[in-house]
Amino acid sequence: MAVKGILGRKLGMTQIWDASNRVVPVTVIQAGPCRVVQLKTPERDGYCAVQMSFSPTKEKRISKPEMGHLAKASAEPSRELAELRVENLSGYEVGQVIGANIFSAGEKVDVTGISKGKGFTGVMQRHNFKGLSASHGTHRKHRSPGSIGACATPARVFKGMRMAGQHGNTKVTTQNLEVIEGDLERGLLLVRGAVPGPKGGLVFIRNAVKGPAVEFVLPSTEPLVEEEVAEADVAVVESEVEATTDGGDTE
Amino acid sequence: MQSTDIVDRSSLRDDIPEFAPGDTVTVQVRVVEGTRERTQAFEGVVTRRKGSGIRETFTVRKISFGVGVERTFPIHSPIIAEIAVGARGDVRRAKLYYLRDRIGRAAKVREKRV
Repeated sequence: MAVKGILGRKLGMTQIWDASNRVVPVTVIQAGPCRVVQLKTPERDGYCAVQMSFSPTKEKRISKPEMGHLAKASAEPSRELAELRVENLSGYEVGQVIGANIFSAGEKVDVTGISKGKGFTGVMQRHNFKGLSASHGTHRKHRSPGSIGACATPARVFKGMRMAGQHGNTKVTTQNLEVIEGDLERGLLLVRGAVPGPKGGLVFIRNAVKGPAVEFVLPSTEPLVEEEVAEADVAVVESEVEATTDGGDTE
Repeated sequence: MQSTDIVDRSSLRDDIPEFAPGDTVTVQVRVVEGTRERTQAFEGVVTRRKGSGIRETFTVRKISFGVGVERTFPIHSPIIAEIAVGARGDVRRAKLYYLRDRIGRAAKVREKRV
């Protein structure tokens, strides 16, 4: 089960150079800030979870009950609410702000999003079937699935037989992606490789379930302290980034 | 403007001279041997520039010991120490793939007269 997570919007993909000057394909995610809105406890709700809000919006776009729910955590009007299932709630408090720096370089994460919808597609696009032959007497059946089973035995089509249908627009999780950078002041999370969904799509980033055990150590006060320092130090940080990309070498 | 530009900005280089397909360039490539770092020159004709922004690449072609060698570099790559532009070429194409089929004098690119 996840320990920590954050909501974000996929901005797109680009590339950066690592310390040994190799190109790293990265997905840029506008992650956080998320506010912890509610803690679900086993006593009250039967399970452990952290509910967080993301993406500020206008108050008139939110219903009154929702606004009341958010107001309890003194959260701003937000478009998105999501729940992070956790083992235990230690470290979490209602009203906490979670920033992109809960993940640091080298950590493994799972990223969940809604994949791009492709509509109703055939088996070649949906399941990578090869279709039928282009010639040898094939007549208007070049992209068809072929046989879907035997005849009198079993006299039915097995459940789960791959056929044409809706492709995409489903919830997809990509596991074990490496975090390249978690940048609090710009609110950016760089993740190696592709994540599901279109640009602007909502993604949920959690620590990898198959990765090493991690602890939630988000400092509830630290982001505020760092934000103050950060604004003065943006120039310094950027020059450091340049220095690291310019250093080192490879063939 | 792409939304990922804020990430690219720090890795874009502004010390790259202007050059185009047909130009002769000398690319100084950083090479790491153990702990020591030196530069290695790769000199030849630019046969293409491809892509834009951080992804832009260019290809340099030279004849080495009678064998044609092409090397493609990301234009903003940190391994490039320097690009020195020599002769400007007089060419009518953006991609000089026809040089691959030519040998000897026919494979030479005419210099541009100003």
